[in-house]
Amino acid sequence: MTETISLEVLRYSPERDAEPSFQRYDVPLRKDWVVLDALNYIKDKVDGSLTFRWSCRMGICGSCGMMVNGEPKLTCATFLSNYAREQGPLRVQPLRYFPVIRDLVVEITDFMTKLQSVKPWLIRNEEKPISEGEYLQTPEQLDRYKQFSMCINCILCYAACPVYGLDPVFIGPAGIALAQRYNMDSRDEGAHERMDVLAQHEGIWGCTFVGECTKVCPKHVDPAGAIQQYKLTATIERFKSFLMPRGAK
Amino acid sequence: MDISYHDVLLVGGGGAGLRAAIAVAETNPNLSVAVVSKVYPMRSHTVSAEGGAAGVIRPGDTLDDHAYDTISGGDWLCDQDAVEIFVKEAPEELLRLEHWGCPWSRDSDGRVAVRAFGGMKNMRTWFAADKTGFHLLHTLFQTTFKYKSVTRYDEWFVTRLLVDEGRVQGVVALQLMSGRIQAITAKSVILCTGGCGRVFPFTTNASIKTGDGMALAFQAGVPLKDMEFVQYHPTGLPFTGILITEAARSEGGYLINKDGYRYLQDYNLGTPTPQPVLRNMELGPRDRLSQAFVKEVEKGRTTDTPYGPVVHLDLRRLGEKVINTRLPFVRELCLKYENIDPIKELIPVRPVIHYMMGGVHTDNDGATPLAGLYAAGEVACVSINGANRLGSNSLPELLVFGARAGKAAALAAMEQKPPSERVVSQALDEKLRLEQQFLRKTGGRERIATIRSEMHKAMENGAGIYRNQTSLQKAADKLRELRERFREVSLDDHSLTFNTELLAALEQSFMLDVGSAIVESALHRVESRGAHQRTDFPARDDRNFLAHTLIFNNSDGSTRVKPAPVVITRWPPAERVYGVQSEVKQTAAR
Amino acid sequence: MTETRQHARYTEYHPRWYRSRVSTWWWLSRWPYLKFILREISSVFVAWFVVVLLLQIRALSRGSEAYAAFERWLQNPLIVLLNMITLFFVVFHTVTWFNVAPRAMAIRFRGKRVPDFWIVGANYAAWAAVSLVLTWFLVRS
Repeated sequence: MTETISLEVLRYSPERDAEPSFQRYDVPLRKDWVVLDALNYIKDKVDGSLTFRWSCRMGICGSCGMMVNGEPKLTCATFLSNYAREQGPLRVQPLRYFPVIRDLVVEITDFMTKLQSVKPWLIRNEEKPISEGEYLQTPEQLDRYKQFSMCINCILCYAACPVYGLDPVFIGPAGIALAQRYNMDSRDEGAHERMDVLAQHEGIWGCTFVGECTKVCPKHVDPAGAIQQYKLTATIERFKSFLMPRGAK
Repeated sequence: MDISYHDVLLVGGGGAGLRAAIAVAETNPNLSVAVVSKVYPMRSHTVSAEGGAAGVIRPGDTLDDHAYDTISGGDWLCDQDAVEIFVKEAPEELLRLEHWGCPWSRDSDGRVAVRAFGGMKNMRTWFAADKTGFHLLHTLFQTTFKYKSVTRYDEWFVTRLLVDEGRVQGVVALQLMSGRIQAITAKSVILCTGGCGRVFPFTTNASIKTGDGMALAFQAGVPLKDMEFVQYHPTGLPFTGILITEAARSEGGYLINKDGYRYLQDYNLGTPTPQPVLRNMELGPRDRLSQAFVKEVEKGRTTDTPYGPVVHLDLRRLGEKVINTRLPFVRELCLKYENIDPIKELIPVRPVIHYMMGGVHTDNDGATPLAGLYAAGEVACVSINGANRLGSNSLPELLVFGARAGKAAALAAMEQKPPSERVVSQALDEKLRLEQQFLRKTGGRERIATIRSEMHKAMENGAGIYRNQTSLQKAADKLRELRERFREVSLDDHSLTFNTELLAALEQSFMLDVGSAIVESALHRVESRGAHQRTDFPARDDRNFLAHTLIFNNSDGSTRVKPAPVVITRWPPAERVYGVQSEVKQTAAR
Repeated sequence: MTETRQHARYTEYHPRWYRSRVSTWWWLSRWPYLKFILREISSVFVAWFVVVLLLQIRALSRGSEAYAAFERWLQNPLIVLLNMITLFFVVFHTVTWFNVAPRAMAIRFRGKRVPDFWIVGANYAAWAAVSLVLTWFLVRS
């Protein structure tokens, strides 16, 4: 197939450049090629200095998130052929709202810190010894939090969230969804500990329910839903603790 | 030169690495643990495992049954004492994961559910929907946040082990983000870097599985064991290597060659029936299916694609309803990642490399012959998988041996004194080497991508599903030539900031070492056993070859091979029966 | 190693990360963002509608002359235009609110989550029911 497609990739090397700039490449257009394949083609055959992250090539590791024509996407799941008839070249840029280290690689330490801050582990008052077997959990109980446990940490949701873009102290969609995953896990007893972190301006109250995070999530985690549901829970808890300061947990 | 000091250092942050880190922290919370991973831990390849993890919990299932299935599946090359430890600790480790929050799928009464899996006589495979590895890894990763003694070095690439006075003293690592090279010292080092599927062209493995830990140990004089045993899965997409599960065939998919003919009937796999029959045709043993593919290629009956020869999996006759209810994930994978719709189109498939049975030689506690160096997970060869791994054994392997290695490394570290200052000069030498060989060098004749594709061709043709003396020798010679030519590689990218081309070069040199180890070990084993099939020696030879193959790196780059005995405790070797009549127990599931 | 040019301001092992500014007009760049801002702005118009309602009640309480003055005020073309825009935004506000309601309410019935359709549907049904009842009262009188 001699058909080609044009890409414009944002390049930035801090040792050479003060600002990022676009560079244009023409790559073969194959029916089964995704944007990531085009980037690998460029790196192997044209310009070995093109820098980007990737690993599994099947949408489960979360490494390859980038902006494709202004939308946050997993580049391993975005076919070139979908853009073949567009006007103008396909634009590939690093994820929005994160500092750019080099080319298409962004700095995600902020996200990692926030992930840790919501205490995303099972908190119990008393641990059961292994010899007593598993904590019982019915399929219905599993179903309550299952959706929120599917997050692959690809952070496309942060690239879609204008609140995070304007106010980077916001914990963010994936972080809060992960906290909800544990809050709603029937085996967990740490919801009140997480509430201290979440029921803040940086937490759920920063969210204005734009809803873009849910739209771009490749795993259908629905972080916007997680946050709104938690707003309800947090408000009820606040009322409870107000009315029954010693009775509520 | 900056130096960091820790007590135990993990190279790799996947299932084994994170489990080991937790084990160290729980053995002694005062020990400082470093997890050095070239990717963020949640990107580790553990995340892509789908099938499940085997552990005996159902009444009527016994540890001996699990052990027997594992040992016979491994064609009696497994160390039976290690297998006995493994089957005993596997259910405990899986329960521990559950206590840490892993969302195992459940029966209606709330107990953990188990399902059948290829090769297992009883139902003992725990699963978390169809994303067991993903949930396992994320649970482990999130649990490590609890332990303050664990320091993570995310996106640091280990280029060399520091060895002094016959002991490992730490590593030299490159921080990807800044290009800074420094020594990270530790009293014990555990390698958890996974397998080496990327040495071959068609693999389910992610781009990061380049055999780094195996090469690091090999270069430090540690022997690799049983490297000739590489496991193929018969149906993977040819371009991406994505696995197409056996369920597609058990629902009624046909494997056809370029003439639309169900070719498996020519290979003693039964007669074609409209509906699938267990252990017949498309549901035959996996190694037989892979071997049938090779024969079809030789006969010229496969379809040529830009990615090599393929056969096709025909699901069209199942109809839209069946595919959407019973095989939704297969359809999703084909549509989302290769733009093929199984309802209307044929799925091109071919055997793909999936797992590496061989690895760094360790004992039952993950200790290698080099003092202070441990290994756990796919990078290690204990060996519990022998000549062929059973599906759903590798996830519990990460946990059981990750925990054991972590504990052993922690106890050893408590006895050790801090490393000497001599390691600094080793680290400085390594920094100089990296600068001279890659960062400052210009004008070389070779590109990394060329060396990589020639290595792939050599490995696939020489050390693929079927091997013989000639093909292996050709591969060995080619790899030797590639190692020479690798000296002429120069990079396009001389930046210090996130230089992934430098990483690709380092990984390529590791892969050439590991590839040579595979080929040399395969040359040495003149019999056929499990996943290692020699057309010139088609029978199993227990008299001469019921032993592990240990391969050592000589200082001049050549290798030497030595046998090591297999530990046999209670199960004497028996005939591993192939063929349609046999139990599915000896087939390697994914 | 790459040459470090003067304006790049890089020091060894400390790459300067590039941070782009978010423009004040960020909400114009994509249609979903614009829809979001319109949704938020609609609450201003809802507030205006409440003010009109309060004025109406005040006029009622002051007798028929005050109420007639209020009605004349309502007929002012500028006010008519404003109120038509307000009507559009109030309806927009209601529709967008109903459509996102299921996201915030994870109601479970017999172990399974109630599908979004029922929650959205229930809101519209309640709206229709209340409207019908009110209309009946108005028509009756």
